[in-house]
Amino acid sequence: MSAPTGITRATLLKDLRLEWRSKDAINSMLFFSLLVVVVFSFSFDPSAEESRQIAGGLIWVAFLFAAVVALNQTWAREIRNQVLDAYRVSPAPANSLFIAKTLGNFIFVSVLEALMTPLFVVFYRLRALGPVWQLLLVAALGTWALVVNGTFFAAMSLRTRSREIMLPLLLFPISIPALLAMVQSTTAILNGEGARFWIVLLASYDLVFTTVCLLLFETVLNAE
Amino acid sequence: MKKAFPILGILTAILLSYALYMALVGAPTEQTMGDVQRIFYYHVPSAWTAFILFFVNFGASVLYLIKRRPAADIVALVSAEVGVVFCTIVLVTGPIWARPVWGIWWTWDMRLTSTLVLWLIYVSYLFLRRFSSSGQTPALAAALAVLGALCVPFVYFSIWFFRTQHPQPVMGGGGSIDPRMLHVLLINWLAFSCFAFLVCWSRYRLEKLQRDVDQAHALESLLDPRRGVR
Amino acid sequence: MTEAAPVPVVTVSNLIKQFGRFAALRGVTAEFSGGKLYAILGDNGAGKTTLLRTLAGLNQPSSGEILILGTNKFHDICQYVGYMAHPSLLYDEMSGMENLEYFARLYGIASSTRCAQVIRSVGLDPDLDRPVGQYSQGMRQRMSLARALLNDPRILLLDEPFSNVDLHSATEMVRLLVRTRDQGKTLFIVTHQASLLEGAADEFVWMESGKIVGRTRELKRPESAR
Repeated sequence: MSAPTGITRATLLKDLRLEWRSKDAINSMLFFSLLVVVVFSFSFDPSAEESRQIAGGLIWVAFLFAAVVALNQTWAREIRNQVLDAYRVSPAPANSLFIAKTLGNFIFVSVLEALMTPLFVVFYRLRALGPVWQLLLVAALGTWALVVNGTFFAAMSLRTRSREIMLPLLLFPISIPALLAMVQSTTAILNGEGARFWIVLLASYDLVFTTVCLLLFETVLNAE
Repeated sequence: MKKAFPILGILTAILLSYALYMALVGAPTEQTMGDVQRIFYYHVPSAWTAFILFFVNFGASVLYLIKRRPAADIVALVSAEVGVVFCTIVLVTGPIWARPVWGIWWTWDMRLTSTLVLWLIYVSYLFLRRFSSSGQTPALAAALAVLGALCVPFVYFSIWFFRTQHPQPVMGGGGSIDPRMLHVLLINWLAFSCFAFLVCWSRYRLEKLQRDVDQAHALESLLDPRRGVR
Repeated sequence: MTEAAPVPVVTVSNLIKQFGRFAALRGVTAEFSGGKLYAILGDNGAGKTTLLRTLAGLNQPSSGEILILGTNKFHDICQYVGYMAHPSLLYDEMSGMENLEYFARLYGIASSTRCAQVIRSVGLDPDLDRPVGQYSQGMRQRMSLARALLNDPRILLLDEPFSNVDLHSATEMVRLLVRTRDQGKTLFIVTHQASLLEGAADEFVWMESGKIVGRTRELKRPESAR
């Protein structure tokens, strides 16, 4: 039997390949991300001093919206033609699928964030007073928090009516502590303040939820 | 078992009446806030009761995931429903209290904010239960409940730290409390807990009955496919 | 010629599957021996698909027991089972070879030769670059069958494999399935086109309203069926 990591890698590569081939989906996602930034800029006047204070929050809310749209569609592929059944009847472990999907989503959402961030920086004339590497750390931890729960709940909502609304409905409440941490730490770093508490909180959140999602994914996958 | 219910019901009614009297009349009037403060005796015990119920939900969900007992699933459902009701009471009494005292409808106070997040989590739990088809609901809901429960410490920590950085008016007095007031508070909590238990029990019986009816229908369709609902 | 007592590879005992108030399987009890091709027939709603999915481990029975190759733990025997359904269970955007190479990994098969070999055995070209979504139904079903055969399963579960398939592809598939049976595999084929399996099936299993109402050697509905 193949090592689970081999299966994870094969699944991840397969997903990336499929994502690349359906360029329509990627392009529409990228454009959507752009739109979100522009709409926010119109709604929260970038020239106002207050807006620069809340830029941290704006960015993460924008990331959240982009993530939800991305998450919804990465499982959609497995439902078409009932391909998920083919995975379930095979000896491949449920967790390999989960990790592969989460990694794929992480990469995808990070790409979207990489597009949106420069726009925000430019529109809001953001300057980081604190170390940039900390911002990257927060971005990585925060994105992982959204994506690990998002992938889990997206799989859960496959089994429900109103699939697309179920994902944000389940994801948002549980993500609130993580969101608070992401926003607070980003704002703190931008203003040159300490963000250690928030970063530690975010890291522990990631650890706890990744572990529990891994433990519970098989249950969710095999719930008929 | 059946006899216990009415007896408990009467006891609870008595306890609730006594608690109501104590809260509205018996307890001493608060120094700064006056009679408005009496809502405290509803606000705080509701929060504690909701918290206990959500803890029960967590326990029942874990039990379900391990043992797959249908009774555990019903307990999880029931405790979430009643817990959400008590959470709602907290979220409603909060603003009612805050408005006359501080002039604002909402304060990002620790208890109120955490309760709001808890309320959101458990309402989403109830939505999941409603939107998934009956075969998978127990397993999916139990998984969500575990995640939701694990979120709770993070909710408290994050809001606590946020508040230390951005202080807000505190409701309910963080400091010491007059022992007579504490006494009334605890009486109300006891009354609320008994009431919550009764409601849960009643709801449990209702749900069990509903499931037994469904089971009977399915059994009928087992014996003769022309009957039973398709 | 003496025949050894056939060893049942699949044993089903009082299998019940309920979906809410509807019972799809109402107590199915049967033994199926190895090396045979079973055609499972019946009207819509008879429970054929539910039975197959339960055998494939995609459904948990409400009660009753299933023993496949001597065990009731699906995890132990899933590498010996192949499953195919009416949806293709393939990714439309990838070619046949790419699809099979991926699914082969799930079974621990890293060799592309095996994938190519299986694709050829269903009468398709492994070098065909076209994405599966552009295949005709006949080609798609054959590729789906190839996927099910990847891990050289001992038990094949096929749900409506000939549905919407042109006659040529269908007869090719039947020929292949008979060859597979002759290699000693056990096949369960749910189909509405029973005539395709006349002469190929060892036994016809008739289902009605969630129960097996008869098993015949010939394509003739048993009297006990209502």
